[in-house]
Amino acid sequence: MKIIRNIISVVLLICSLPSFAQQTPAPKQSEAFSVEGAVAHLGNGEVIENSLIMFQDGKITFVGDAKTKIARQGTLINATGKHVYPGFIITCTSLGLVEIDAVRATNDKDEIGEMIPHIRSLIAYNAESKVVESMRPNGVLMGQISPKGGTISGTSSVVQFDAWNWEDAAVKTDDGIHLNWPNSFKQGRWWLGEDAAFKPNKDYAKEVGDIETFFKNAIAYGKTTPASVNPAFAASQGLFSGTQKLYIAADGEKEIIDAVTFAKKLGIQHIVLVGGYHAYKITDFLKENKVAVLVRAPHNLPEFDDDDYDLPFKLPKLLSDAGLVVGIQNMHQSNFQNRNLPFYAGQLVQQGLSKEKALQMITSNPAKILGIDADYGSLEVGKSATLFISEGDALDMRTNQLTRAFIDGRDISLETHQTELWKRYMEKYNSK
Amino acid sequence: MRFLALATLWCSVSLFAQDYFPNNEGVKADNNNFTAFTNAKIYISPTKILDNGTLLIQNGKVVQAAKSVSIPKNTVIINLEGKYIYPSFIDIYSDFGVEKPKKASNGGRTAQYGPSREGFYWNDHIMSEKNALSSFSFDDKKAKELREAGFGVVNTHIQDGIVRGTGALITLNSNGTDNDRVLDDKSAQYLSFKKSVTSQQSYPTSLMGSMALLRQMYHDMDWYAKGNSTTKDRSLEALIAHKNLVQIFEAKDKGHILRADKIGDAFNIQYTILAGGNEFESINEVKATNASLIVPLNFPVAYDVSNPYQAEYVSLEDMRFWNQAPTNPKVLAEHGVTFSFTLHDLKETASFKSNLLKAIAYGLPKEKALAALTTVPAQILGKTNQIGSLEKGSLANFLITSGDIFEKETLLYENWVQGQQNIILDKNQKDIRGEYDLVAGENTYKLSISGEINKPKVEVKEGEDKLTAKINFDNQWVELSFNNKEGDKVYRMTAPVDPSTDLLTGRLWLPNGSESTFKATKTAPFDEKEKKADASNDDSSEVLALTYPNLGYGYKSKAQQETILFKNATVWTSEDAGILEATDVLVKNGKIAKIGKNLKASGATVVDATGKHLTAGIIDEHTHIAALAVNESGQNSSAEVTMEDVVNPEHIAIYRNLAGGVTTAQLLHGSANPIGGRSAILKLKWGVSADEMIYSNSPKFIKFALGENVKQSNWNSYSRFPQTRMGVEQMLINYFQRAKEYEAKKKSGQAFRYDEEMEVLVEILNGERFISCHSYVQSEINMLMKVAEKFNFKVNTFTHILEGYKVADKMKEHGVGASTFSDWWAYKYEVNDAIPYNAAIMQSQGVTVALNSDDAEMSRRLNQEAAKTVKYGGMTELEAWKMITINPAKLLHIDERVGSIKEGKDADLVLWNDHPLSVYAKAEKTLIDGTVYFDLEKDKQQREAIKAERSQLINLMLKEKGKGAATQEPQKNTDELFHCDSL
Repeated sequence: MKIIRNIISVVLLICSLPSFAQQTPAPKQSEAFSVEGAVAHLGNGEVIENSLIMFQDGKITFVGDAKTKIARQGTLINATGKHVYPGFIITCTSLGLVEIDAVRATNDKDEIGEMIPHIRSLIAYNAESKVVESMRPNGVLMGQISPKGGTISGTSSVVQFDAWNWEDAAVKTDDGIHLNWPNSFKQGRWWLGEDAAFKPNKDYAKEVGDIETFFKNAIAYGKTTPASVNPAFAASQGLFSGTQKLYIAADGEKEIIDAVTFAKKLGIQHIVLVGGYHAYKITDFLKENKVAVLVRAPHNLPEFDDDDYDLPFKLPKLLSDAGLVVGIQNMHQSNFQNRNLPFYAGQLVQQGLSKEKALQMITSNPAKILGIDADYGSLEVGKSATLFISEGDALDMRTNQLTRAFIDGRDISLETHQTELWKRYMEKYNSK
Repeated sequence: MRFLALATLWCSVSLFAQDYFPNNEGVKADNNNFTAFTNAKIYISPTKILDNGTLLIQNGKVVQAAKSVSIPKNTVIINLEGKYIYPSFIDIYSDFGVEKPKKASNGGRTAQYGPSREGFYWNDHIMSEKNALSSFSFDDKKAKELREAGFGVVNTHIQDGIVRGTGALITLNSNGTDNDRVLDDKSAQYLSFKKSVTSQQSYPTSLMGSMALLRQMYHDMDWYAKGNSTTKDRSLEALIAHKNLVQIFEAKDKGHILRADKIGDAFNIQYTILAGGNEFESINEVKATNASLIVPLNFPVAYDVSNPYQAEYVSLEDMRFWNQAPTNPKVLAEHGVTFSFTLHDLKETASFKSNLLKAIAYGLPKEKALAALTTVPAQILGKTNQIGSLEKGSLANFLITSGDIFEKETLLYENWVQGQQNIILDKNQKDIRGEYDLVAGENTYKLSISGEINKPKVEVKEGEDKLTAKINFDNQWVELSFNNKEGDKVYRMTAPVDPSTDLLTGRLWLPNGSESTFKATKTAPFDEKEKKADASNDDSSEVLALTYPNLGYGYKSKAQQETILFKNATVWTSEDAGILEATDVLVKNGKIAKIGKNLKASGATVVDATGKHLTAGIIDEHTHIAALAVNESGQNSSAEVTMEDVVNPEHIAIYRNLAGGVTTAQLLHGSANPIGGRSAILKLKWGVSADEMIYSNSPKFIKFALGENVKQSNWNSYSRFPQTRMGVEQMLINYFQRAKEYEAKKKSGQAFRYDEEMEVLVEILNGERFISCHSYVQSEINMLMKVAEKFNFKVNTFTHILEGYKVADKMKEHGVGASTFSDWWAYKYEVNDAIPYNAAIMQSQGVTVALNSDDAEMSRRLNQEAAKTVKYGGMTELEAWKMITINPAKLLHIDERVGSIKEGKDADLVLWNDHPLSVYAKAEKTLIDGTVYFDLEKDKQQREAIKAERSQLINLMLKEKGKGAATQEPQKNTDELFHCDSL
């Protein structure tokens, strides 16, 4: 008994220490909220200058002008002079799969194997990741968690960023399969003594052929009910039935055309282009084939010396101007960078895109691409109350200052491991 | 013929049987006969030419070459009417006959820090004691190949290592022995920046390490020569012995030429330098070295750009290099640079002549071309009395040709080496080309012989029908065969060629096996038109203009200082004055001349800055752009290396930084070792040389590093001390203590070994050099401050310093500044507690805080990073802006010159179209020292120009391919982008 008591007191002691653990997820919305007076950026391109937004039981019940004569429900939040946005959505990220890049033990993003659609990100997603929680104070409230590496990396799921566990976090399970299209140019393996230059990839046709062989077999496999299960073929069936999307990472003009043509030919119903560095050269083709693009974030360097210095800055705008549905991802950088998602959109405004269009690229467009737009991505009646209030323009670093945030109406914490350390040390200095 | 062969045999016997060698193969017999070559055009040297002269040789040497020569009676006379004689060529940079060094096996998984040898210098890559002849065996096959290209003498050496020892000067005389052939067994000493493949010793891992090693080696040589060493070092002894030899340095790049020359200058050595072919891009700097160059006669071939997607991978820079490189010899000649040619780096010796002709077609005078192959190499080696000309007493090394050797159709008949004849083509070969009536059997055919004299082509027609035909012409015999119309029967013929007649007649074998005679009567001479059509292929194509630097976004002419008046701007002063609304700023003579309202200046370019923001240029305290190397990781301390040695002024990242408003950056050594290398503080001037980018009178800095990188935690390396933070402290204390003792010894007047590393550490102890220390966690930050305090100096800057917020009070007390990331974390374990509030917390405790990039992407939008401190921790906008201007200027001790807008300071300015801390702001103009280095409008024009020039070059390359020229597959070469843990 004494031992047990001791254990309990130790446990209590640990719990009461300045917390380094994740913030406690908010409970289910129990009372209604009315946010009044803010500039509401609806995420669908519309703005309401002096708005009233009400939500209850996790759903938005009213979006309109604050002058509307309607009873305010529940807790009234005066947001005069502030801005309201739908929660931002990051795609193609390995958030929650990797905690510390350099520590192998914390890395769960890349499984062995070239074609492994049956590998599922969701079950490895760490809902208590400190990196995940650091997204929230910047307004990034949801994400598509995807495996990396190989040719077919695996299957992603969409999660929200305030949960006890992966199961609670899941918004859309196994939403899509991620394919890395081969490159027609390849860098020499300099670590093996080869020339480090990029040269034509002699194996390109073969590598493409391997993918084709895989999918053709998956199609054949799906036509019967085989006695022996092939997990990879089985996991691909959603692509042909239309329940899953195929996310194809490709950057070159030739690669993009090859990839899209290939997917159409095989009857893969929904394809999304990921990356798309040279997509701006073939926007008509992409439009014709109704391909949406999750384009690489603007905070990247141009890939060619002769490129415009600001090509990455304006690339999403070029695609959007051409009428494509565009979202922004930053899968090649460390996960912590994903909290800069709002500023990626801001960068596009620098390039001349309207703020509301830029906002769509991190809200309603990714929601549409991920197939969660019935519930998320914009502030509309009947949709999930996943939104936040910022002191100022959330797309600009100096004014992105969140005061409140809600996921499915749940009043979530904006504190993190980082804000706690900040407060702890400021307290130390201030008490001197 | 037979007589000549016999003469050759006699010669060889007489020349190459040394007097004191016993002869058991017959009786001893000397041949002291003369050989005279008469009636030839003789190039005694490139500038001394006889039109109808005689060359007299005896015993392998030139007796005389003159218009009229009195020919002794015992002379064999060879009439060379219509032919030319040239001194044979010299390849001064060869590895002829030398065994290729064997690669050391990669034994252990961790690096080897100590040497593999004993009794030599501490570094395996210094091999001054090596000599080419120690692994030499005369390569007959290669000698023949070289003679066929016109070479008579090569200067060979072991092409491996940083110091490669001595080379040997050798004739390509296949008839003699090494006793005859070796003209000098220590003709020069060779050096390079490249490590030996024969040792795995890791130091130096970088270009700057190689440079430092060479400098230290010369210091050590001097120290050793004065008898200070108590041990024997055969490398240093050899180095001392070779001091007065010609020193040949392998640079292979215009920038490396300057690097090598700088080392030479420091030790009063003038290197002769192996060039890279891109010297025309920096011709004035190259010329200023006063070095003689050895230039590989090698030009890039066109890229195969027929696939447009693939063509996109080739940069304008690389396309241009293809276009401009053939002008390199011409440009060198025009600027009076002394240079010789070499076959080095040529894939095939056979391409030597076509490349030579190409250089001439691109403007190289023939006289210079000949000099580069004869007199210049002789002069470089100090052997003009022996080789390179046909002056009296020189070796009888010469070429007999059908005409001007620099014409395409000219044939090389003979290459004489040390008086030994080597026939390459029969010089008496008759020109049988022309039109003939051929009578064979019952029929008459039209026979047409064309092509080259020694390699004729043939066409046989029966009426209008072309028949399949073959011809071979060798040793004065012609062999001809052709098929009948149906192709099932062969007529075969052979005939000796009679020089006295144009008639070809000889034996004929008819298809039925019977034998007969044939007769071909010449009806018309060979038509020269075809020849001319061939020659036009060699015309040089249009050469495009150079830019500064010579790549896509380079400027047509170097940017110039201007007088500029900015009117009505919102001026962010980064001074106490704060933000001045509606203010004018006058820029003159590179300085901020005046700040005020309603300013006027005659002759100034007026910029309407209404609604715009003018700020000081951004300063990045921590960058690795514009560098050819970042880490010297071969030792745990590398204070002897300096980033100033490896500045790359042609890095596109410089331009992109300017487009982001960055004007100054500290190029830091990486974080591979606790004591890193010295910094280069740069002004990012686009289009100037590396030296012009480095701050004049630059404050002295050095990079230190702590934590995971120096412990080598994140890769498999377990052998280098230190592996823990505990070890780092002890290592630092040890080095500083040794530096203290070193200085004491130096000051005492005792003999001491000059140690570049210790000299740098002494500067730190004396407060003359500042530390910028890569650091993350609080324990190590605190540790370094305590170590510094123990040795009575202050740490200047902690860079990265992501846990600085935990010890901000201690940092303030020590007086150290901080240069940090705005929001980076989670990339390694030691940044687990990194928080974006770091900058604001340190600032609140009175620490001078700057924000840096360590990243080529982030550095071009540091204004946005500064804005994040407003979000994280609530900095005021004025203070946030200072974190990328005046604060880093203070940390770098350049705040008297840059970092704020103040009258008298350098005009390093940025004009923004919006609030500079906003993500919506774009730099419109970036000035350094009053010169506009980035202009948004100009940038638009550059883009168009790049498009047009790419298309022009692609067309030229397609044309080249169309002509049947060799091509290479498209490729993308990229400058490396470094972070501080790049190895």
